[in-house]
Amino acid sequence: MALSLVVDALSLKKGYRHLIHDLSFSVAPGECVALTGANGVGKTTLLRTLAGFIRPDGGHVRYAGGVDPEGSVAAQAHYLGHAEALSPGRLAGAELDFQRAFLGGTAAGQAEAIRRLNLSPLLELETRMLSAGQKRRLSCARLIMARRPVWLLDEPMSPLDTEHRAKLAELMQGHLSEGGLIVCAVHDALPFEVRELRLTAPAMEAVYG
Amino acid sequence: MIISWLANPDRFSKVFAPVRPWVAGLSLILFAWGLYLCFASPEDYQQGDTVRIMYIHVPAAWMALFTYLVMGVASFFGLIFRHALADAAAKAAAPIGAVFTALALITGSLWGKPMWGTWWEWDGRMTSVLVLFLFYIGYIALHASIEDEQRAAKSTAILALIGLINLPIIKFSVDWWNTLHQGASVFRPDGPTVAPAMLWPLLVMALAYKALFVWLWLIRIDTEILSRKYNGLRARLGFREGGA
Amino acid sequence: MTPPSPSLALLKRDLGLSLARGGGPVLAAGFYLTLMAMVPLSLGPEAQTLSKIAPGLTWLCLALASLLSLERLFERDYEDGVFDLLRTGPLALEWVAFLKCLAQWLGTGLILSLMTPVVMILLGAPVGVAGWALVAALIGSFSFALIGGAGASLTLGSRKGGVLIALLVLPFYVPPVIFGAGLMQAFVTGAPVFQALSLLSAYGLFALALGPIAMGAALRSALN
Repeated sequence: MALSLVVDALSLKKGYRHLIHDLSFSVAPGECVALTGANGVGKTTLLRTLAGFIRPDGGHVRYAGGVDPEGSVAAQAHYLGHAEALSPGRLAGAELDFQRAFLGGTAAGQAEAIRRLNLSPLLELETRMLSAGQKRRLSCARLIMARRPVWLLDEPMSPLDTEHRAKLAELMQGHLSEGGLIVCAVHDALPFEVRELRLTAPAMEAVYG
Repeated sequence: MIISWLANPDRFSKVFAPVRPWVAGLSLILFAWGLYLCFASPEDYQQGDTVRIMYIHVPAAWMALFTYLVMGVASFFGLIFRHALADAAAKAAAPIGAVFTALALITGSLWGKPMWGTWWEWDGRMTSVLVLFLFYIGYIALHASIEDEQRAAKSTAILALIGLINLPIIKFSVDWWNTLHQGASVFRPDGPTVAPAMLWPLLVMALAYKALFVWLWLIRIDTEILSRKYNGLRARLGFREGGA
Repeated sequence: MTPPSPSLALLKRDLGLSLARGGGPVLAAGFYLTLMAMVPLSLGPEAQTLSKIAPGLTWLCLALASLLSLERLFERDYEDGVFDLLRTGPLALEWVAFLKCLAQWLGTGLILSLMTPVVMILLGAPVGVAGWALVAALIGSFSFALIGGAGASLTLGSRKGGVLIALLVLPFYVPPVIFGAGLMQAFVTGAPVFQALSLLSAYGLFALALGPIAMGAALRSALN
């Protein structure tokens, strides 16, 4: 479970201009980094790069000390984005079953996720019937169903109500105490200790290089 | 490495700006010479004067294929090495190629009327060139429909490469479908069969087309580089004003 | 009980989605039948004319009907963000794309293929053609699905969807249409069918090799 993340001189472009220029940081096991910064500064793009969805235009993203050095970055991480990855016409329960089978989770993990996120009333509903907060709870289930050392969360709290914000914070703290690491884009402060990484726009000279 | 040195868009613009008028001049001279030769060359004993359409048609058809090849190679470099310049080069070549292909189709049709008695003959070569034209149209349409410039470049590059791999297959299938057409007669392993008097104007015209292509291509690449720079700066300003 | 493999889980999910509410198969089959019904209406009911053009026309309509459901092949999961989930799974994106095409084909192409011999015979092709027609339609529709998938992945996220896919994909349908219709023609005229069949199969294998690679690359670019 002990995996650390090293970002070295990372450059990302949006179109043909630089969005993030020469960014370096690292995240140790058991540590949570909160990404903050103005809208459009590249928080989501950075998270997606950490997930391996985007190839950096310069620099490296490395996960060091992995349990499975052969496995790709994506297979070590959970990525929870703005879109909930739920098909509107399918039952919530069927989506959970699929996610567990696809991500290699366990039945025990699924039961635990249903219990901890209070999902049992939702399972028989089509996902299009769910509210934004309910959908987010369903998405969070995969964090528990299939244990992975890296959690990449894009504003995970925003659609949740107070009760479930506390629940998710609890899950995140549990993950950290087991030696997992979290990188999380946020606007509101998280209710536990995190290291803040504030993204700023690169200087004008670096924009078109 | 001269290529990687030139691959910087700014440097490319600076180096090739003074070259462009020379290429334009070369193209003009070659066209003048080639057209003179076209009309000075003897008429064909079977086709009469209509054979002169060939000097416009055949080089256009060559260029149609050549431009697609250029697009394919540029796409390949754009895809593998992710060079902005290669993307620009591929995008810039497409409309030029489409026009050459259309020219080949139109002159082919004009030539076909006196030769075969129909404006359009469904023979293997004409049909293949028509499919090539559809490839160009698809490429341009796909590029236009994706707003993100980099994504558009990538998707069209993949399309161009799939097309490049498929072209021989389509050519083969169309030939299989219809074997009733005259075989390629200029470049054959046993030597050209076109009379030398016709070969000369044909080759000069081919070079003129090539020079024209290079000239137009350079202009379009340069335009592409400038418009990207403009868009990049504008987006940047928008971010400053809206975001901060 | 062993847990279902990721590939199987994905295939099951996608098949379920393509069959749900009859969207895919009913639409494609209905379109196919309607097109074929228009043929005698536009060309006249003379059996001689119809039986002559039936094999070729059936192939054209098969190609057109295969285009129908392509737009939703990746678009649905792209909009819902499902690809973010799929990419953190254990499967390569090429394989994911292939499975999606396979599910799509099982949901529509397979049914269209089963209908093909029937439609051909209704239009007056000899009954003996049924066996070859089915085999050819199976191979052909599978190549259509893979090449079509490549087209669908390229247009992902562009707002012109369907028509653009048709424009991109149809030129690539030329070889299978030629070989498939050629096979039927060969059968009707009593010529040996094996050349056409082997060419059609070769194209199918080519699509099988090229399709997933192209889809993987296109999806990767679309999904960043």
